[in-house]
Amino acid sequence: MTAIADPKAPRPPRARPSRLTTRGNTELYGWVFMRASGVVLLVLIFGHLFVNLWAGDGVKAIDFGFVAGKWADPIWQVWDLLMLWLAMIHGTNGVRTIINDYAERDGTRLVLKSLLYLAFLVTVVLGTLVIFTFNPCPDAAPDLLPSFCTAR
Amino acid sequence: MTAVLDAPAEVGAIPSFTVTLRVMRYLPGDDGLTPVAHWDEFQVLCHGTDRVLDALHKVKWEQDGSLTFRRSCAHGVCGSDAMRINGRNRLACKTLLKDLDPSKPITVEPIKGLPVIKDLVVDMEPFFASYREIMPFLITTGNEPTKERLQSAEQRERFDDTTKCILCAACTSSCPVFWTDGQYFGPAAIVNAHRFIFDSRDEGGAQRLEILNDKEGVWRCRTTFNCTEACPRGIEVTKAIQEVKRAMITRAF
Repeated sequence: MTAIADPKAPRPPRARPSRLTTRGNTELYGWVFMRASGVVLLVLIFGHLFVNLWAGDGVKAIDFGFVAGKWADPIWQVWDLLMLWLAMIHGTNGVRTIINDYAERDGTRLVLKSLLYLAFLVTVVLGTLVIFTFNPCPDAAPDLLPSFCTAR
Repeated sequence: MTAVLDAPAEVGAIPSFTVTLRVMRYLPGDDGLTPVAHWDEFQVLCHGTDRVLDALHKVKWEQDGSLTFRRSCAHGVCGSDAMRINGRNRLACKTLLKDLDPSKPITVEPIKGLPVIKDLVVDMEPFFASYREIMPFLITTGNEPTKERLQSAEQRERFDDTTKCILCAACTSSCPVFWTDGQYFGPAAIVNAHRFIFDSRDEGGAQRLEILNDKEGVWRCRTTFNCTEACPRGIEVTKAIQEVKRAMITRAF
């Protein structure tokens, strides 16, 4: 006779239907967004990889100047911004789903999701800020600037 | 009771063999202490035509009368004896021992995700609560027709697959989303909603879609196909869930 763990019983179901209804199209839109953003991300990411690693001199061309040059072009600004936002929302929603599926206690759920949303916020705000305010030639000592800056 | 027990065993050509059943036992205590589940092993002499249910009957009738499990019709129609046999949800009355490699011990556990009451008997109430919530009955408006509600063969074919459900809970209790978090409606409730949503005579489709559009509704399905694999009636459960999803999306856009 070997003792084993208690047979698994999940959390007792919430009394449904309750006034605090969780019906609505939120999960539906989330589901559709995952598919749509996935398709768009495929194009964006492989386009990004192609331009950065393959086209022209390929991977050897990447340096500070290459990135600075890309972000001087509004098309690449929009491209990267779209990629950042779509990837972050897509990924965050995916991890949110995983937390919903695997976290068993409400406390665990809350902590994990708080951390997730915080990470999302930091990354998206910082990334957006960088894309729009990036200045390759700031006011600094000339020897700190890249070679293409006029101040040097 | 059938006459099988008293009749002289004339099995003749049917090969007989001894199988080892490893059954998960769980006895709730009266003292309020948490009872500990454990495995019990039984040796049963069986024939090639015997099912897992026959072996369980032999144990209960001849070796340990305290072994507890549900069964009613014993022919795969009532859906009472769904259990986890060798790690897969099956009906004990539809699973032949010879198909399970009888040379190794055959494990029998209660279905997962529902609270165990005793041995192989689980509390089905959370399962049926979800079932009731999707309103599994015909909803119509207007005056009742004086004759039957007619339907073409094609219209009947549309939901034929999901009419086969026997509510055994093999699908719902094989779903990993249901295991960790009993809030999900579960495949069985969605299958039975599908049976009415796509019925041309029914007019409650919008209400049912609204109910299943819940945070814990169809969108929690991860299409792992566990339910389709577990269904003893061969219902394409995951496909039915996807059809309900599609109906919701076409309704929303």
